[in-house]
Amino acid sequence: MAEIRGESPLAPRAKLLAEASVPDVLELGEIPFLTQVALRLDPEGAEAARVGAALGAPLPLAPGTSVVAGDLLVLWMGPDEWLVMGEQGRAPEVVSALTRSLEGEHGAVVDVSGQRTTLEVAGPRAEEFLNKGCPLDLHPFSFGPGRCAQTLLARTEVALLRRHGTTPVFWVLVRSSFARHLAGWAADAAAEYGARDTLA
Amino acid sequence: MMSIPCPWCGPRDEIEFHYGGQAGVAYPQDPHTLTDEDWAQFLFFRDNPRGAFGERWLHAAGCRRWFSLRRDTVTNRILDRHDTRTVGQ
Ligand SMILES: [Zn+2]
Repeated sequence: MAEIRGESPLAPRAKLLAEASVPDVLELGEIPFLTQVALRLDPEGAEAARVGAALGAPLPLAPGTSVVAGDLLVLWMGPDEWLVMGEQGRAPEVVSALTRSLEGEHGAVVDVSGQRTTLEVAGPRAEEFLNKGCPLDLHPFSFGPGRCAQTLLARTEVALLRRHGTTPVFWVLVRSSFARHLAGWAADAAAEYGARDTLA
Repeated sequence: MMSIPCPWCGPRDEIEFHYGGQAGVAYPQDPHTLTDEDWAQFLFFRDNPRGAFGERWLHAAGCRRWFSLRRDTVTNRILDRHDTRTVGQ
Protein backbone atom coordinates (compact mmCIF):
# COMPACT_ATOMS: atom_id res chain seq x y z
CA MET A 1 0.00 0.00 0.00
CA ALA A 2 1.25 3.46 -0.85
CA GLU A 3 2.41 5.57 2.02
CA ILE A 4 0.13 8.53 2.72
CA ARG A 5 2.11 11.73 2.37
CA GLY A 6 0.84 15.15 3.30
CA GLU A 7 2.16 18.43 2.05
CA SER A 8 0.87 21.97 2.25
CA PRO A 9 -0.87 23.49 -0.80
CA LEU A 10 2.10 25.75 -1.62
CA ALA A 11 4.89 23.25 -0.89
CA PRO A 12 5.31 22.72 -4.66
CA ARG A 13 5.74 26.51 -5.05
CA ALA A 14 8.07 27.17 -2.11
CA LYS A 15 11.08 27.57 -4.39
CA LEU A 16 9.19 29.86 -6.76
CA LEU A 17 8.09 32.13 -3.89
CA ALA A 18 11.57 32.18 -2.38
CA GLU A 19 13.11 33.11 -5.71
CA ALA A 20 10.51 35.84 -6.28
CA SER A 21 11.28 37.37 -2.88
CA VAL A 22 13.60 40.36 -2.56
CA PRO A 23 15.03 40.78 0.94
CA ASP A 24 13.89 43.99 2.66
CA VAL A 25 11.68 44.86 -0.32
CA LEU A 26 9.07 42.15 -0.78
CA GLU A 27 9.15 38.73 0.81
CA LEU A 28 6.73 35.97 -0.08
CA GLY A 29 6.25 32.66 1.64
CA GLU A 30 3.68 30.17 2.78
CA ILE A 31 2.77 29.72 6.43
CA PRO A 32 1.35 26.22 6.17
CA PHE A 33 -1.22 24.41 8.29
CA LEU A 34 -2.38 27.27 10.51
CA THR A 35 -5.36 26.38 12.66
CA GLN A 36 -8.56 27.87 11.30
CA VAL A 37 -11.92 27.40 12.97
CA ALA A 38 -15.10 28.87 11.51
CA LEU A 39 -17.47 30.22 14.13
CA ARG A 40 -21.07 31.28 13.56
CA LEU A 41 -23.46 32.50 16.20
CA ASP A 42 -25.90 35.29 17.05
CA PRO A 43 -23.66 38.28 17.87
CA GLU A 44 -26.30 39.63 20.27
CA GLY A 45 -26.89 36.42 22.19
CA ALA A 46 -25.41 35.47 25.55
CA GLU A 47 -23.34 32.82 23.76
CA ALA A 48 -21.35 35.60 22.04
CA ALA A 49 -20.29 36.91 25.43
CA ARG A 50 -19.49 33.39 26.66
CA VAL A 51 -17.33 32.73 23.59
CA GLY A 52 -15.58 36.05 24.13
CA ALA A 53 -14.87 35.13 27.75
CA ALA A 54 -13.54 31.72 26.71
CA LEU A 55 -11.26 33.31 24.11
CA GLY A 56 -10.15 36.04 26.48
CA ALA A 57 -11.24 38.85 24.15
CA PRO A 58 -14.67 39.93 22.92
CA LEU A 59 -15.57 38.88 19.38
CA PRO A 60 -14.86 41.71 16.92
CA LEU A 61 -18.23 43.13 15.85
CA ALA A 62 -17.06 45.88 13.51
CA PRO A 63 -16.79 44.77 9.86
CA GLY A 64 -13.25 44.17 8.68
CA THR A 65 -11.62 44.04 12.10
CA SER A 66 -9.78 41.36 14.06
CA VAL A 67 -8.74 40.90 17.65
CA VAL A 68 -5.80 39.16 19.25
CA ALA A 69 -6.99 36.74 21.93
CA GLY A 70 -3.94 35.34 23.66
CA ASP A 71 -2.14 33.27 21.03
CA LEU A 72 -5.27 33.13 18.88
CA LEU A 73 -6.48 35.58 16.28
CA VAL A 74 -10.17 36.24 15.60
CA LEU A 75 -11.16 37.71 12.23
CA TRP A 76 -14.56 39.24 11.42
CA MET A 77 -15.88 37.36 8.38
CA GLY A 78 -19.51 38.51 8.49
CA PRO A 79 -22.07 39.88 10.95
CA ASP A 80 -22.54 36.43 12.50
CA GLU A 81 -19.34 34.76 11.36
CA TRP A 82 -15.72 34.74 12.52
CA LEU A 83 -12.52 32.87 11.74
CA VAL A 84 -10.43 31.84 14.73
CA MET A 85 -6.78 31.30 13.80
CA GLY A 86 -3.84 29.86 15.66
CA GLU A 87 -0.69 27.83 15.37
CA GLN A 88 -0.75 24.45 13.69
CA GLY A 89 -2.46 21.73 15.68
CA ARG A 90 -4.68 23.88 17.89
CA ALA A 91 -7.94 23.04 16.12
CA PRO A 92 -9.26 20.20 18.34
CA GLU A 93 -8.73 22.24 21.49
CA VAL A 94 -10.21 25.43 20.00
CA VAL A 95 -13.21 23.57 18.57
CA SER A 96 -14.02 21.96 21.90
CA ALA A 97 -13.61 25.22 23.85
CA LEU A 98 -15.87 27.14 21.46
CA THR A 99 -18.43 24.34 21.30
CA ARG A 100 -18.54 24.23 25.09
CA SER A 101 -19.13 28.01 25.21
CA LEU A 102 -22.11 27.73 22.86
CA GLU A 103 -23.84 25.63 25.54
CA GLY A 104 -26.19 24.16 22.97
CA GLU A 105 -27.32 27.52 21.55
CA HIS A 106 -27.82 27.78 17.80
CA GLY A 107 -24.43 28.17 16.18
CA ALA A 108 -21.64 26.40 14.35
CA VAL A 109 -18.03 25.60 15.16
CA VAL A 110 -16.16 23.90 12.34
CA ASP A 111 -12.49 23.08 11.84
CA VAL A 112 -11.74 24.52 8.40
CA SER A 113 -7.95 24.46 8.68
CA GLY A 114 -7.67 22.54 5.42
CA GLN A 115 -9.82 25.01 3.49
CA ARG A 116 -7.21 27.71 3.06
CA THR A 117 -3.50 28.14 3.31
CA THR A 118 -1.70 31.35 4.23
CA LEU A 119 0.57 33.32 1.95
CA GLU A 120 2.60 35.89 3.84
CA VAL A 121 3.48 39.07 1.97
CA ALA A 122 5.95 41.26 3.82
CA GLY A 123 8.06 44.31 3.16
CA PRO A 124 7.77 47.97 2.23
CA ARG A 125 6.41 47.10 -1.23
CA ALA A 126 3.67 44.81 0.13
CA GLU A 127 0.74 47.22 -0.38
CA GLU A 128 1.83 48.19 -3.87
CA PHE A 129 2.32 44.53 -4.78
CA LEU A 130 -1.12 43.47 -3.49
CA ASN A 131 -2.78 46.40 -5.25
CA LYS A 132 -1.71 44.96 -8.58
CA GLY A 133 -4.48 42.42 -8.12
CA CYS A 134 -6.76 43.97 -5.53
CA PRO A 135 -8.46 47.37 -5.64
CA LEU A 136 -8.87 47.85 -1.87
CA ASP A 137 -7.18 50.87 -0.36
CA LEU A 138 -4.44 49.19 1.67
CA HIS A 139 -2.82 52.37 2.96
CA PRO A 140 -2.37 52.06 6.74
CA PHE A 141 -4.72 55.03 7.23
CA SER A 142 -7.63 52.96 5.89
CA PHE A 143 -6.29 49.42 6.33
CA GLY A 144 -4.15 49.51 9.44
CA PRO A 145 -2.78 46.72 11.63
CA GLY A 146 -5.45 44.19 12.53
CA ARG A 147 -7.73 45.15 9.64
CA CYS A 148 -9.05 42.27 7.55
CA ALA A 149 -11.20 41.94 4.46
CA GLN A 150 -12.59 39.27 2.26
CA THR A 151 -12.10 40.34 -1.30
CA LEU A 152 -10.66 39.33 -4.67
CA LEU A 153 -6.93 39.13 -5.35
CA ALA A 154 -5.97 38.18 -8.89
CA ARG A 155 -9.64 37.14 -9.37
CA THR A 156 -9.34 34.69 -6.51
CA GLU A 157 -11.38 34.89 -3.31
CA VAL A 158 -9.08 35.66 -0.41
CA ALA A 159 -9.17 36.96 3.12
CA LEU A 160 -6.58 39.68 3.67
CA LEU A 161 -5.20 40.57 7.08
CA ARG A 162 -2.67 43.24 7.97
CA ARG A 163 -0.52 42.02 10.82
CA HIS A 164 0.62 44.18 13.70
CA GLY A 165 4.19 45.41 13.42
CA THR A 166 6.38 48.19 12.16
CA THR A 167 6.97 46.92 8.63
CA PRO A 168 4.01 45.97 6.44
CA VAL A 169 3.10 42.29 6.74
CA PHE A 170 -0.05 40.86 5.21
CA TRP A 171 -1.53 37.42 5.44
CA VAL A 172 -3.40 36.29 2.35
CA LEU A 173 -5.70 33.39 3.19
CA VAL A 174 -6.40 31.57 -0.04
CA ARG A 175 -8.40 28.43 -0.73
CA SER A 176 -6.07 25.47 -1.08
CA SER A 177 -7.10 24.68 -4.65
CA PHE A 178 -6.44 28.29 -5.75
CA ALA A 179 -3.16 28.66 -3.89
CA ARG A 180 -0.87 27.62 -6.72
CA HIS A 181 -2.64 29.97 -9.13
CA LEU A 182 -2.08 32.79 -6.66
CA ALA A 183 1.57 31.83 -6.16
CA GLY A 184 2.10 31.94 -9.92
CA TRP A 185 0.47 35.36 -10.10
CA ALA A 186 2.52 36.54 -7.12
CA ALA A 187 5.82 35.47 -8.63
CA ASP A 188 4.93 37.28 -11.85
CA ALA A 189 3.75 40.42 -10.03
CA ALA A 190 6.93 40.45 -7.91
CA ALA A 191 9.25 40.16 -10.88
CA GLU A 192 9.82 43.90 -11.24
CA TYR A 193 11.22 44.16 -7.71
CA GLY A 194 13.90 41.53 -8.16
CA ALA A 195 16.89 40.78 -10.27
CA ARG A 196 15.36 37.60 -11.56
CA ASP A 197 12.92 37.63 -14.48
CA THR A 198 10.48 34.92 -13.47
CA LEU A 199 9.07 34.67 -16.97
CA ALA A 200 12.44 33.94 -18.54
CA MET B 1 -17.52 49.12 -13.21
CA MET B 2 -19.99 50.09 -10.51
CA SER B 3 -18.95 50.70 -6.93
CA ILE B 4 -21.59 49.02 -4.78
CA PRO B 5 -21.98 49.90 -1.10
CA CYS B 6 -22.16 46.71 0.95
CA PRO B 7 -23.92 47.65 4.19
CA TRP B 8 -21.27 45.70 6.08
CA CYS B 9 -18.02 46.06 4.13
CA GLY B 10 -18.51 49.46 2.55
CA PRO B 11 -18.02 50.29 -1.13
CA ARG B 12 -16.56 47.48 -3.20
CA ASP B 13 -16.16 46.84 -6.91
CA GLU B 14 -19.07 45.29 -8.77
CA ILE B 15 -17.08 42.12 -9.55
CA GLU B 16 -17.36 41.09 -5.88
CA PHE B 17 -21.16 40.90 -6.12
CA HIS B 18 -23.89 38.72 -7.58
CA TYR B 19 -27.10 40.32 -8.78
CA GLY B 20 -30.31 39.06 -7.19
CA GLY B 21 -33.00 40.81 -9.21
CA GLN B 22 -35.98 42.78 -7.99
CA ALA B 23 -36.25 43.34 -4.25
CA GLY B 24 -39.41 42.75 -2.26
CA VAL B 25 -40.79 39.80 -4.24
CA ALA B 26 -42.43 37.80 -1.47
CA TYR B 27 -42.74 34.02 -1.65
CA PRO B 28 -46.45 33.14 -1.97
CA GLN B 29 -48.11 32.55 1.39
CA ASP B 30 -49.76 29.34 0.23
CA PRO B 31 -48.23 28.16 -3.05
CA HIS B 32 -50.76 25.31 -3.41
CA THR B 33 -53.64 27.72 -3.88
CA LEU B 34 -51.96 29.53 -6.77
CA THR B 35 -53.16 29.18 -10.34
CA ASP B 36 -50.55 28.40 -12.97
CA GLU B 37 -50.83 32.00 -14.08
CA ASP B 38 -50.22 33.34 -10.56
CA TRP B 39 -47.26 30.99 -10.16
CA ALA B 40 -45.80 32.13 -13.47
CA GLN B 41 -46.25 35.75 -12.36
CA PHE B 42 -44.33 35.03 -9.17
CA LEU B 43 -41.56 33.09 -10.90
CA PHE B 44 -40.95 34.95 -14.12
CA PHE B 45 -42.45 38.45 -14.14
CA ARG B 46 -40.46 41.37 -12.80
CA ASP B 47 -40.67 45.13 -13.05
CA ASN B 48 -38.28 46.70 -15.51
CA PRO B 49 -38.43 50.41 -14.78
CA ARG B 50 -36.49 53.17 -16.42
CA GLY B 51 -35.14 54.90 -13.33
CA ALA B 52 -35.26 53.91 -9.68
CA PHE B 53 -35.35 50.15 -9.09
CA GLY B 54 -35.14 48.30 -5.77
CA GLU B 55 -32.94 45.25 -6.14
CA ARG B 56 -31.12 42.51 -4.26
CA TRP B 57 -27.36 42.05 -4.25
CA LEU B 58 -25.13 39.40 -2.72
CA HIS B 59 -21.63 40.35 -1.58
CA ALA B 60 -20.38 37.02 -2.90
CA ALA B 61 -16.62 37.55 -2.66
CA GLY B 62 -16.87 39.44 0.63
CA CYS B 63 -19.09 38.94 3.66
CA ARG B 64 -21.52 36.77 1.62
CA ARG B 65 -24.58 38.70 2.83
CA TRP B 66 -27.66 39.64 0.83
CA PHE B 67 -28.87 43.22 0.97
CA SER B 68 -31.13 45.57 -0.93
CA LEU B 69 -30.55 48.92 -2.51
CA ARG B 70 -32.19 51.24 -5.02
CA ARG B 71 -30.35 51.93 -8.24
CA ASP B 72 -31.18 54.27 -11.10
CA THR B 73 -31.23 51.94 -14.10
CA VAL B 74 -30.39 54.81 -16.45
CA THR B 75 -27.38 56.27 -14.68
CA ASN B 76 -26.38 53.30 -12.47
CA ARG B 77 -26.32 55.72 -9.57
CA ILE B 78 -27.02 54.06 -6.21
CA LEU B 79 -29.92 56.03 -4.75
CA ASP B 80 -30.21 54.53 -1.28
CA ARG B 81 -29.96 51.34 0.69
CA HIS B 82 -32.89 49.99 2.60
CA ASP B 83 -33.07 47.14 5.16
CA THR B 84 -29.35 47.74 5.45
CA ARG B 85 -28.04 45.35 8.07
CA THR B 86 -29.86 42.09 8.62
CA VAL B 87 -28.25 39.12 10.34
CA GLY B 88 -29.13 35.58 9.42
CA GLN B 89 -30.70 36.17 6.02
ZN1 LIG C 1 -19.95 42.74 2.45
